[in-house]
Amino acid sequence: MKLEAKNVSFRYTEGGRLVLDHVDFTVEEGERVGVTAPSGFGKTTLLKILAGYEKPLEGEALLDGRPVSEYRGYCPVQMIGQHPELSVNPRRKLKTVLDEGDWSGDFGERQRIESGLGILDEWKERYPVEVSGGELQRFCIARALGTRTKILLADEITTMLDLVTQGQIWGFLLGETMRRGLGLVVVSHSRELLEKVCHRIVEVDRKQEKNDG
Amino acid sequence: MNIGITDRNTDIVDRNADIANRDADIVDKSKGVENDVLKVEHLSVSFTQYGRGLRRRTLHAVEDLNLSVRAGEIVAVAGSSGSGKSLLAHAVMGILPYNANMDGTVYYDGEILTKERAKRLRGREIVLVPQSVSYLDPLMKIGPQVTKGKNDAATREKSRRVLAGYGLSEDVEEKYPFQLSGGMIRRVLIATAVMETPKLVIADEPTPGLHPEAAKRVMGHFREIADTGAGVLLITHDLELALSAADRITVLYGGRTVGEAAAADFLCEEKLEHPYMKALCRSMPKNWNWDGYKLCDSGEILEYMRKEYGR
Repeated sequence: MKLEAKNVSFRYTEGGRLVLDHVDFTVEEGERVGVTAPSGFGKTTLLKILAGYEKPLEGEALLDGRPVSEYRGYCPVQMIGQHPELSVNPRRKLKTVLDEGDWSGDFGERQRIESGLGILDEWKERYPVEVSGGELQRFCIARALGTRTKILLADEITTMLDLVTQGQIWGFLLGETMRRGLGLVVVSHSRELLEKVCHRIVEVDRKQEKNDG
Repeated sequence: MNIGITDRNTDIVDRNADIANRDADIVDKSKGVENDVLKVEHLSVSFTQYGRGLRRRTLHAVEDLNLSVRAGEIVAVAGSSGSGKSLLAHAVMGILPYNANMDGTVYYDGEILTKERAKRLRGREIVLVPQSVSYLDPLMKIGPQVTKGKNDAATREKSRRVLAGYGLSEDVEEKYPFQLSGGMIRRVLIATAVMETPKLVIADEPTPGLHPEAAKRVMGHFREIADTGAGVLLITHDLELALSAADRITVLYGGRTVGEAAAADFLCEEKLEHPYMKALCRSMPKNWNWDGYKLCDSGEILEYMRKEYGR
């Protein structure tokens, strides 16, 4: 599958600042692409548009030529955010986060991912506030790795975590994306991380966006 | 160098002659810490909380934490969230919340730092560069916040010089906090801290939200402050940034000190003693190496730490 942003522009409020200004971006299955830029340059916004969470003001986000937001049912493009505590329901136990993943009854697959991410059984009975940020993020990643996922968007997913957890999570994700031939878009401020994980790195800066777009 | 230290020691003993006569033990202790601007020994902070109904429980946030900061030195305290970093800063400043119980001893400049003494010294000799930009008054212009309302020519002159040193032009003084970028606000916070020529600067997470270049610039400013002879205690979750700026690193985990090492020791894993510090060193992206299964071998360190440190 091929996911692309074509000539995308976006602003959050009418008459507000243009966060994205005619941006093009492409990622294919099996390809790992890093995205880096100073804060406020619309990295998160670009991922949200690619995931179909936001509609661009101009241009379009296409998955195999069809707008991402038109896909019904399970979306093969899954996004993981920077703050895991904002992407889970605080009133539900953590096992429900895993239940939300796309497992199509394949319990073995689900178990393989859980243990690969180092998720312990005792955490599943807890509520989000009762585990650390690193433990919670592991649940969010497991949920996004359902069987029909083809392209994974990772938005600073380990920025708030300690180095040991960061190393373990990226080790697992790299192995998993290689094994399944997933596409991966990684947003990070760490150049070193991107160089170790990605095939190519896209640097977003306003001028370049304008010239290339 | 040695002679100088002995002289200063003698001086302290002289000043405290009456105390020394009363209790020889105290003199021994003060000799041991004289080199240090700040020394924290066996610090514990716990909270009393009320759970459901009338159940009361004590939460041990920091346990048996030790560290020291010498003059002219940047000491970084690195730990993930919940390791008790900010509480350390607040304990030294004497601004813990009312339901916190503190245990252990904090020495400042060789003498015990009591709550009263901290109150006298903070904002003058001991300054905090706070974590959040919301510590500035949103309704007050930058200029008066830096001069703390003083309007004499000397203070204004100094504030101008300090702000200019951080690349902040005169018109910044006439602006309100919301009109400045995150990086500028950080520099204003550091400027307010160095207005008083402090001996100890405590910086609590001074760089989140800044892109790497801006964060490095901020670290450079702390190095300048240390080079003027102040001790800097840098509290951060970002070990890699700490390594780029600090002389020594103290690693915290679950409110306890895991270990202390020179920043240079993190370049070579063998020099580190504790398995958690070794794992941190291996886990830095620059040391990653894909072997077909994993990027770095941190083994079962997190399970080990959960068992040993209880969280």
